[in-house]
Amino acid sequence: MTNYDTLADEALSAIAEAGDLATLDALRPNILGKKAPISSAKSGLGNLDADQRKAAGQAINTARQSIEAAFNERRAGLAATARAAALETERLDLTEFQGVGTTGHLHLVTQARDRLEDVFVGMGYTIAEGPEVETAWYNFEALNIPEWHPARGSFDTIFVNLGEPEEVMLRSHTSPVQIRTMEAQEPPIYIVAPGRTFRTDTADATHLPAFNQIEGLVIDKGITMGDLAGTIDTFVRAFFGEEVKSRLRPSYFPFTEPSAEFDISRADGSWLELGGCGMVHPNVLRNCGIDPDVWQGFAFGFGIDRLAVMRYQLDDMRELVNNDVRFLRQF
Amino acid sequence: MKVLLSWLREFAPGIDGDPVELGEILSGLGLAVEEMTITGEGLDGIVLAKVLDLRPHPDADKIQLVDVDMGDGQPLQVCCGAFNMSVGDLIPFATIGTVMPNGMEIAQRKMRGEMSNGMCCSGAELGLGDDHDGIMLLTETASAASPIGTPITEVLGIERDVLWDLEVNANRPDAMSIAGVARDLAAALDVPFSFPQHDPASDGPNVADEASVEIVDDSLCGRFLARTIHNVTVGSSPQWMQQRLIALGMRPINSVVDVSNYVMLELGQPNHTYDLDSVAGKGLRVRRASEGETITTLDGADRTLIATDGVIADVADRAVGIAGVMGGLDTEISESTSSVLLEMAWWDPPSISRTVKRLNLPSEAATRYRRGVDWGDNMVRAMDRFCQLLAETGAVAAHGTLDVAGTVPDRTPVTVRSSYVNGLLGTQLDAPTMASHLDSIGFETVVDNDTGSLAVTVPTWRWDTATETDIAEEIARMNGYENIVTTVPKPETFGALTPYQQARRAIRSALVGAGADEIQPMPFLAPGDLKQTGLAEDGVTLMNPLVHEESVLRTSLLPGHLKAIAYNQSHRSGAVQLFEIGHVYLPAPDAHPPLPDEREFLAVSMSDAEAPAAVAILDVLDKTLALPNVQLRAGTPPGLHPTRSADIVIAGKVRGQVGEVDPGVLESFGIDGRVAWLQLDIGSVLDGPWGNRKYTPLSKYPSSDVDLAFEVPDAIAAASLVGALRKGGGSELISTEIFDSYRGTGVADGSRSLAFRLRFQAPDRTLTDDEIGALRQSCIDAAQKQNGVTLRA
Repeated sequence: MTNYDTLADEALSAIAEAGDLATLDALRPNILGKKAPISSAKSGLGNLDADQRKAAGQAINTARQSIEAAFNERRAGLAATARAAALETERLDLTEFQGVGTTGHLHLVTQARDRLEDVFVGMGYTIAEGPEVETAWYNFEALNIPEWHPARGSFDTIFVNLGEPEEVMLRSHTSPVQIRTMEAQEPPIYIVAPGRTFRTDTADATHLPAFNQIEGLVIDKGITMGDLAGTIDTFVRAFFGEEVKSRLRPSYFPFTEPSAEFDISRADGSWLELGGCGMVHPNVLRNCGIDPDVWQGFAFGFGIDRLAVMRYQLDDMRELVNNDVRFLRQF
Repeated sequence: MKVLLSWLREFAPGIDGDPVELGEILSGLGLAVEEMTITGEGLDGIVLAKVLDLRPHPDADKIQLVDVDMGDGQPLQVCCGAFNMSVGDLIPFATIGTVMPNGMEIAQRKMRGEMSNGMCCSGAELGLGDDHDGIMLLTETASAASPIGTPITEVLGIERDVLWDLEVNANRPDAMSIAGVARDLAAALDVPFSFPQHDPASDGPNVADEASVEIVDDSLCGRFLARTIHNVTVGSSPQWMQQRLIALGMRPINSVVDVSNYVMLELGQPNHTYDLDSVAGKGLRVRRASEGETITTLDGADRTLIATDGVIADVADRAVGIAGVMGGLDTEISESTSSVLLEMAWWDPPSISRTVKRLNLPSEAATRYRRGVDWGDNMVRAMDRFCQLLAETGAVAAHGTLDVAGTVPDRTPVTVRSSYVNGLLGTQLDAPTMASHLDSIGFETVVDNDTGSLAVTVPTWRWDTATETDIAEEIARMNGYENIVTTVPKPETFGALTPYQQARRAIRSALVGAGADEIQPMPFLAPGDLKQTGLAEDGVTLMNPLVHEESVLRTSLLPGHLKAIAYNQSHRSGAVQLFEIGHVYLPAPDAHPPLPDEREFLAVSMSDAEAPAAVAILDVLDKTLALPNVQLRAGTPPGLHPTRSADIVIAGKVRGQVGEVDPGVLESFGIDGRVAWLQLDIGSVLDGPWGNRKYTPLSKYPSSDVDLAFEVPDAIAAASLVGALRKGGGSELISTEIFDSYRGTGVADGSRSLAFRLRFQAPDRTLTDDEIGALRQSCIDAAQKQNGVTLRA
């Protein structure tokens, strides 16, 4: 009679010897198929006595299970090896592909302007804009700078050949937007006005004849110089960092009174002059049809380009308008 | 305005302390310190020496050998690069071991083989002026009391001093003088301020007997003082005066001019001296110029005046000076002058400003007149000071002063409500505190305790200060800006970008995502740039451009981009994709006010790229903004490739151009390869409708694709065929894609084959084969209605 205990041995050793998937799969009919010894043994069970049949049946099942288990395990192992070998042929050196990604770049000044706008929007302001070519009314007269005023000379204005002599100019500051806003809109007004401004400054490492400023204007009831100082302080902390302080120093602008320069603190304890500010002059309010006995306000302004220069310690402002992609792509 | 500590202390001896701290206090008063210099330091080791011999260096042309005696009678050889000395001259000499003011240590050394045992010094090297050109010659200056070898500080009477260069704003005429700065600083330090008493020294004849003054136009001149001075000798002024003038940035000229400048710097009162004998009738008349009147000014220039200018004329009515601006040549004092007529005036600031600007004749005097000088006691004080200083050189001033009044500013007391001041400043000061701040700088105040108001009389040295707000600023200044309590207003409005501003940011993001770099060229063009770009040459021009090459305002962004592409090509940066959102300025000849038609444009340029790349960018913009009905209309936009460009039509209006730049234009800019180009009047586009997106529910039923190829004559745009197919396919045609465009064998000349993939889908059912067949035929029929279009087998 068949020795059921050794029925699986031959099959198990054949499985163990199979070195690849094809060999293994070729074995299957011989060890688990209809012609396999365990299949023949099973079909021979009918010849046995009933009492022997049960034990023999169990032995055959055990043998089949052990063969199936060994086969599956072997197959999984060989499949994994084969997959690993196949994947090995696909190996890539990913460092070959570093640095080939492309994206464009926002101009440095746009980045600074967007950051500034976002800070002021967060403080409740809207963004106002105006033309770059302006009349003397908007650039000077409405801002309490009459035609004879010595301050006019300090603006180094670039005039345009339109209208009467010196009637039309490239705006020398963003303050004309204050006037246009107050003419068009009833208070309360909370705006900032970023934009391009122009002066007869020869381009060099620290000057450009076309540069960018941002101007703030608040007109509301009961606005005080304390509100101005507090607003500057809040902006400075939001934009430059919580640890940066600000201070006001007396100054003079025809369109504000009292007027001040504002400084921010540097890490070494010294102060850096950032811009000008002050309480909107009553004449400016009157020029825009706003009653200074009812409304009060403040204005402030400073350069945007300079912030970009400071942030990246640029050594030459002319790069901002040179359009060299080797510069633009650094930011 | 530069000020010296020692000079300030003549008005307020209590001014003392650390120079840096004093500088901070000045800045806090609104007199920002731009620069601070400690003078009179670093001069140890520098002595008076005498030049004994001068001879050429045997081996060098640019230096010579000098023997000096530094007090021991022995000749000491030095090498020197200056050649302005003569034998016998007295000079400042730096001995071995001296550390110069700039930190350089003087050592014994050989120069081209010759020993140099010290250094002969220029004024600049000693920090005593700007003169770098030659050795400082002290031959006339050093008195007999200073033997050779005397320390130079002793020779020149130099003591350690502090020089501050202050930024003085236009509203502070008073601070354009030593006395005015001293007044402010003394108030801040709470130390006494007073004017030193000087003997007026007027021993001469009665001025009224020798000269006369008449103010014809009192809107021009508020007050005019004159005095005659005799026995005037024009020589050099004393060393101490010269040193102060040099320190404050003025060049010593002669004893009369130096006194004139000294008094102006000290008291802020400009002044002018006429040669008395050259003034016809020895009298002055102050009037407006007659139109076309001429005068030759001190600088030798012939000036033609207009009716708003002010002049000082003599009795014969001949102009002898332009009021507040410059004196006349004919009455200039000279070496032979012995009697002068001294003028001190208060001029109407706007009048002087207009003339200064028109004639472009700025000066120290005019700067002060334009801001408004003191029309009060200071004029008499300055007159006396001038005469006293000139008397020290032997001059004899007349007795009395001609003092004629015109119209001076109104100084009726201003009512200042303490509630207004506190409401403006955010402070809680009481009226007496406000009054004390104002009193400290010479304002006169009367407090009304019932109303909390002050009646404030503004001093005569503060022309620019006239209103309640002006006075509030003075209170804020003296109270200290640092003492303002900060608050933050809470707007009831909300902050946000406008839809326009949001769209602009979205465009920038999309273009950056598409790989473009943002540029910001300046908007100035050179004459001819527009023509070179193939555009109309009618840009608005600048009146006072910095350079000729930047004298035209752009009407298109194209020239700037072509320059940028040429620049980047020349720097080997490869293909670039650039974009810009910026203003253009279109001429608008009939506009009122006469401003150009200023618009915001968007441009994208791509080097080494063809027109389809620009069309793809237009598609990016369309998808970003959801533009209504973007169409390309065949055209030949100026400056662009005649067969590879189109106008962009949005919602029925031409809003820009897309395609390639004209190869001829590219060649003229030196650009290799093709340049794809897109320009949009983005301002107008965004002012119209955009962003209107509609949701279409996604169909749950399968879609079917049908490919069709047509032979299409070149005259028919693909877009119009797409339109026809859409019509034919109806709402079940959900997309059309052109997947091939072919010319050549099998296609007639003048036509191309266009292959379309049409996708059909219904929202509510699966389309049957019969339905798709019918839709296919409907599309074919619609396409073939276009003239000459045929289905390819």
